[in-house]
Amino acid sequence: MGNGSEPQGLDPHVVTGVPESKIIDTLFEGLTRKNPWTLEPEPGAAASWEFSEDLRVITFYMQPEGRWSNGDPVTAHDFVWSWRRALDPAMGNLYAYMLYPVENAEAYATGKLSDPEQVGVRALDDMTLQVTLNAPTPYFLQLMDHYSSYAVHRATIERFGKSTDRFTQWTRVGNIVTNGPFQLKEWQLNRRIAVERNPHYWDADVLRLNGVVFYPTENIVSEERMFRVHQLHYTGDVPLNKIPAYRKLPNTPFVEAPFLGTYFYLLNTERPPLDDVRVRRALSLAVDREAVTRNVLYGSNNPAYSITPPGTLGYQPPQLFSYDPAEARRMLAEAGYPEGAGWPGLELIYNTSESHRKIAVALQQMWKDVLNIEVTLSNQEWKVYLDSVSEMNFQIARRGWIGDYVDPNNFLDMYISGGGNNNTGFSDPVYDDLILQQAPRAATEEERFALFYEAETRLMEQMPIIPIYTYASKHLVHPSVRGLPPNLMDFINVKYIYLDDVPLTEIELE
Amino acid sequence: MWRFIAGRLLQAIPVILAVITVTFFLVRVAPGGPFDSEKAVIPEVKAALEAQYRLDLPLGQQYLAYLADLAKGELGPSFKYPGRSVNELIAAGLPATAELGAYALLVAVVLGGLAGVIASLKPNSAQDYIPMSVAMIGICMPTFLLGPLLVLLFGIHLEWLPVAGWGDMPGDKILPSLTLGAAYAAYIARLSRAGMLEVMSQDYIRTARAKGLPEWQVVTRHALRGGLIPVVAFLGPAFAGLLAGSFVVETIFQIPGLGRFYVQAAFNRDYTMILGTTVFLSTLIVLFNLLSDVLAAWLNPRLRAQFGEA
Repeated sequence: MGNGSEPQGLDPHVVTGVPESKIIDTLFEGLTRKNPWTLEPEPGAAASWEFSEDLRVITFYMQPEGRWSNGDPVTAHDFVWSWRRALDPAMGNLYAYMLYPVENAEAYATGKLSDPEQVGVRALDDMTLQVTLNAPTPYFLQLMDHYSSYAVHRATIERFGKSTDRFTQWTRVGNIVTNGPFQLKEWQLNRRIAVERNPHYWDADVLRLNGVVFYPTENIVSEERMFRVHQLHYTGDVPLNKIPAYRKLPNTPFVEAPFLGTYFYLLNTERPPLDDVRVRRALSLAVDREAVTRNVLYGSNNPAYSITPPGTLGYQPPQLFSYDPAEARRMLAEAGYPEGAGWPGLELIYNTSESHRKIAVALQQMWKDVLNIEVTLSNQEWKVYLDSVSEMNFQIARRGWIGDYVDPNNFLDMYISGGGNNNTGFSDPVYDDLILQQAPRAATEEERFALFYEAETRLMEQMPIIPIYTYASKHLVHPSVRGLPPNLMDFINVKYIYLDDVPLTEIELE
Repeated sequence: MWRFIAGRLLQAIPVILAVITVTFFLVRVAPGGPFDSEKAVIPEVKAALEAQYRLDLPLGQQYLAYLADLAKGELGPSFKYPGRSVNELIAAGLPATAELGAYALLVAVVLGGLAGVIASLKPNSAQDYIPMSVAMIGICMPTFLLGPLLVLLFGIHLEWLPVAGWGDMPGDKILPSLTLGAAYAAYIARLSRAGMLEVMSQDYIRTARAKGLPEWQVVTRHALRGGLIPVVAFLGPAFAGLLAGSFVVETIFQIPGLGRFYVQAAFNRDYTMILGTTVFLSTLIVLFNLLSDVLAAWLNPRLRAQFGEA
C-alpha cells in the first residue's frame, strides 16, 4: 500500500505522523483496538475492562495469551512502564498530552511532579491494570488505540540505551520486539517497509493477510500511476484532478468518506479591522462554500459552517449562517466600510501548496465580488508559516485540524482562552467554563452534547475562524481488497483485511 | 602535476569550511525550528527535545561541538528521523543516487556526444539543425515535465517499462536515467559540436586529410580527442550536479536516493541533516571539479606541457 512519506521512525512515543501510525498500528497493540466499521473499541492487549461507579477508575484485564513477538508475556507492568516512559519529560514526546486525562499525568510530563509512581496507572498484578482518571472521560477508551498509549518492550529498549533516548537502534529489523498482529520484516529507507505475521500474537488465528508492504509515496501523482499499473492495492491519497475520471469508472476503485477534520481560516481578532465581529461575520457570510467544494475540490468534500465536523459520535454542530451576500454587505457597511469604501486591506497567509492557493484565490475573488474589498494573498514556506501562526503574526491564516479522537471536545477545547492552538485571540469566560468545567461533569451524553452545542454557538457568533470545508479521506482501493471500510477516522484495522480472488482489470481513464 | 593536485586540495579546505560556517548559521536564522509542528508543542516537551540535541547551548558552543564531531567524521543524529544518524542516511541514499547519476551521465555522454559529433560533420545542414534543435528542446525541457511524459508514453500507454521504483522490477532504472540524463545530453551535444568544429578547422586536420585518410579515420583518430576536451571538462561538474540535483527525478520515480533527503531536510529544519548533506555534496563537487581538470589536462598536450614546466 502507498503510505505517504518515509516514516520518521517506529518508536510509538517518539513519532507523530499519519504514515508512522499506519505501520505502528500493525506492529503494536494498545489496550483496545477499534472496529473499523463501528469505531467501537474491541479487546486488544486487554481482554476486558470495567469502570468504577464514578467512572474515574478503569480496570483492564490483560489477554491471558498476550505475547510479545519474542514470546514474552504482555503484562500490566509493561503498560505501567511504557506510560511512564511516554510521559517522561526527558522523552520529549509530542503526544504526551494524549494521556493527560490520567491522574497526575500532566504534572509529571511537565516536570511539576518528579515521582512517576504517582501517575494514575498501576499494575495490581501481572494481569490487572488499574487506571485512575482526573475526571470521567467519555472518550478515554478511544485513546487506548492511539500509539502514544502503546506498550513498548522494556528489555529491548534498555538493551540499546536509556529508556528516553531518541537516538537508539531498538526499532531496527532484528532488534525490535512488538506485541501487535504483525512484526517488522524489512525496512529499506525511502523504499519500503514490510511486516509479516507475528506467530505469538494472541489472536493470530483471525489474521488472513500474510503481511503488508508499505511504500513511501510522497508524490501522490506517482502513487496514482503505480496503482494504475497494479503496483499497489491501496493508495493513501488521490490527486484531485483525477477524481472525476475515476468516478466515471464502472466498479470504481475510488473510495471517499467524510473524515474527522476541518479546513478553515484563522482570523486574528486582535488586529483591525478583524477586531470588529461585524467584519469577521461579513467575510464569512460572503463565502460560497458550496461553490468552493464543487468547483475547486471536485465535489469531494462537504461545506463546513462550524469547527466540529458533523456526525462526530452523533453530535451535530450548530449552523448559524449560510451564504448570504446581502447580509454580508450589510454587516460590512455597519462596520464602517459600505461597499468596501475606506477598506484598509487585509493579508491572507497560507503554506505553499497548490490546493491552498486555489482555495485562497477563490475566496479572494468572492470577497472582491460580494464585498468589493481587496485581500492580498501571501504564501509562506511551511516552517515560516507555522512560526507566523503561533506568533499570531498574521491577519488571516489558513488552518486545518484533524481530530485525534472522535469527540467534539477535541475541536472545541482549542478555543479556550490562551489555548496553545487557539491562535486567534478569541477569549470568552463563559465558553471556557462550558468546555472546562461543565461538559466534563455532565451526567449524560445528551447533556454533554447540549453544553458543547451551546459553547460552539457562542464561538461561531464571534466568528474567530471561517470554516470552509470538512475533510474527506480519499483512496484508490483494488477490487480484491476486503475488510477495509471507509470510516470517520480513516482508520485501518489490519486484522480484518483480506484479499479476494479478483482478476486484474485494465484501468482506462478518460 | 602532483603539486597542482595538492595545491588544489589545500585550496578546497577553506572553501568547505566557509560552506560549513555559512550553512551552520544560516539554517538557524531561518524562522521556525525543527520541533515546531502544526499542533502547539508543550514548552516542557520542546525544552526536553532541544536539550537532547544540544540546541540549548550557546550558538558558539554548538558550532565548536559540531566541528569537533565533524573532525571525527560524525555528522550527528538527524532531528527528523530520530534513531538515524546523518552518516547512515547519506549512506542509505547515496548508492541509488550515485547509480542514477552514473547511468544518466552515460546516457548524456553517449547520446549527447553522438549527436554533437554528427552535427559538427556537416555544419549548417539538416544533419546539424535537427540534432541541435532537439538538444535545444532538451535544455529547455524541465525534468518535471519530461519525466511524467516518458512515464505516460512508456509506462502507462505502451506498458513497456515500470512507472516507479529502483531495482524492484526489471527495467525500472531506464526511465529515470533517461529523464535525468536528457538535459545533460543536450549540453554535451552543444559542447561537443562546438569543440569538434573548432578542431576540424585546425591545420593538423587538413594535414590528415591531405595524407588521404578516409573522413571517418580523420574524425575518430585525430579530431575526437581534441574536440571532446570541453566535454571532459564539463563531466566533473556535471556528475556533481547530477548527484545534487536528482531530487526531482527521485520524487517522480520514487527512488530512495539522497536528493529527497537533501531537499526535505531544509523544509524540516533538520539542521544536522542540512549541514551533513551540504558538507558531503560540496566536498564531492570540489573533488569532481579537480578530477575533471586533471583529466582535461592529461588529454590536452599543451596543458600537460605547462604542468611539466611548473
